[in-house]
Amino acid sequence: MLVLALDTATPAVTAGVVALADGSVPRTLARRTTVNARAHGELLTPHVREVVAEAGITLAELHAVVVGAGPGPFTGLRVGMVTAATFGHALDRPVYPVGTLDAIAVAVDGAEPLLVATDARRREVYWAAYDAAGNRVTGPHVQRPADLAERLPELAVRRAAGQGAELYADLLGLPVAQPWHPSPDALVAVAAKDLLTGADPAPLTPLYLRRPDAEVPVARKRVTRP
Amino acid sequence: MSERIVLGIESSCDETGVGVVRLYDDGRVELLADEVASSVEQHARFGGVVPEVASRAHLEAMIPTARRALAASGLGLEDVHSVAVTAGPGLAGALLVGLASAKAYAAVLGKPLYGVNHLAGHVAADTVQHGPLPSPCLALLVSGGHTQLLLVEDLATKITEIGSTIDDAAGEAYDKVARVLNLPYPGGPPIDRLAKQGNPEAIAFPRGLTGPRDAKYDFSFSGLKTAVARWVEERERAGEPIPLADVAASFQEAVADVLTAKAVRAATELGVGTLVISGGVAANSRLSGLAGERCAEAGIELRVPRPRLCTDNGAMIAALGAHLVAADVAPSELDIAADPALPVSTVSI
Repeated sequence: MLVLALDTATPAVTAGVVALADGSVPRTLARRTTVNARAHGELLTPHVREVVAEAGITLAELHAVVVGAGPGPFTGLRVGMVTAATFGHALDRPVYPVGTLDAIAVAVDGAEPLLVATDARRREVYWAAYDAAGNRVTGPHVQRPADLAERLPELAVRRAAGQGAELYADLLGLPVAQPWHPSPDALVAVAAKDLLTGADPAPLTPLYLRRPDAEVPVARKRVTRP
Repeated sequence: MSERIVLGIESSCDETGVGVVRLYDDGRVELLADEVASSVEQHARFGGVVPEVASRAHLEAMIPTARRALAASGLGLEDVHSVAVTAGPGLAGALLVGLASAKAYAAVLGKPLYGVNHLAGHVAADTVQHGPLPSPCLALLVSGGHTQLLLVEDLATKITEIGSTIDDAAGEAYDKVARVLNLPYPGGPPIDRLAKQGNPEAIAFPRGLTGPRDAKYDFSFSGLKTAVARWVEERERAGEPIPLADVAASFQEAVADVLTAKAVRAATELGVGTLVISGGVAANSRLSGLAGERCAEAGIELRVPRPRLCTDNGAMIAALGAHLVAADVAPSELDIAADPALPVSTVSI
């Protein structure tokens, strides 16, 4: 089956066409990744058109869409989610959300407990921890790197991946492995079982992990002196 | 060329709108569907639109609203000839949701995308109800975010701002005065209701920018809002009861007086025979009433779309898209960016 994979939960704008077959690893037929945290809205659909053309298919030949549901900075994250939802509607195909951190974890070679951390801005990271078999044991969370560093002994992770791990490598003290961002084949790998069995997709709910910045006003400010 | 179907998407503030119109060969635009999902109730306790709350609501509402609009139109996506979407002005994060969705629809359908101006869309809304606009015409746009006088020579290509508010938008003044009077958000409807029981001449609130040296087509509502607050606070301090209906009526009269006086003056001085009033505040009963009286006196045709078309919606964006299609304006590229400060002179990008 042919799957369109999208992710905008990191500074990378990622689109790819991935071939998935029972019993083999997902194979990327075409991919575009542009690292530009301010251009998700501009680049994502043009990237989709490019990868579809490069894969030598039409959009109508896609069987499903997989999208990284974050966690990620809000505005960029929404671009991927609404774009995936719209492709799903317009093509009448299922759309499967997957954890962006899970898609980074699945692409890391080797079998050791792993920390995945991406940049949450505001001097925080989005993070999750995985055991040696690749199962997520905790997360995703959003936290200051120093607070995450304090939890590392109990997490017993041996290495890290993701751009957040690289950014705060000094504080975390873990060797950092590639990748920094999720790849199309990794996004599809996370959803592979659901894709192949035709399972009903989960709701397209973005993982914001933070509340909107908004305060309920208290008393009205007076314009005259009491 | 036969009839063409245009899908319109709006997400610049707190309404997710999807509209469908049919463009006929003679340029007539017929409304087929107009579905809106509003997040206004989520903003009420904050006393104003919270951008992140609005953006989250757009994401949730986008596809369901599009599905409802298509169902209401009785058409399928395969019938769509072009996709129009608000590219600005508006809240950056909110705009991005509708724009990203519109790009994906256009890509799947292989149809043109038109990234359009929200303010021009408010003017286009009137053509859905009252037919093509004469050229030139004058448009008074009044909402929670905008207060502008526009000279519209060609809806698809030539719109010039001749005046605008230098501080608060008219709708913003309503919201702020509503807080002073302990009325709910948004302030327009409750003030309008209360004003009907009050005396509009009870209190002489100031008319902003109406002096002989002031910019004759610009507006200012910040001083008016402060004057209302001061008047109320002085009564409170003196322990006197506040005549809420009179305050509401007198405030509303000041707003309607300035808006209509300046619009009619501009139309007269520029020799324009038609005035369109649109935007959320156009639904205000005193504004449309006073505009009707003054336009009749001055021999100006007044056009006010029904309230549903005045507030933000996708039908107005579809209608503007239809006018761009009819005028053979080049469509937008799929890599266009949302522009939160898009000037009204840029009808499409």
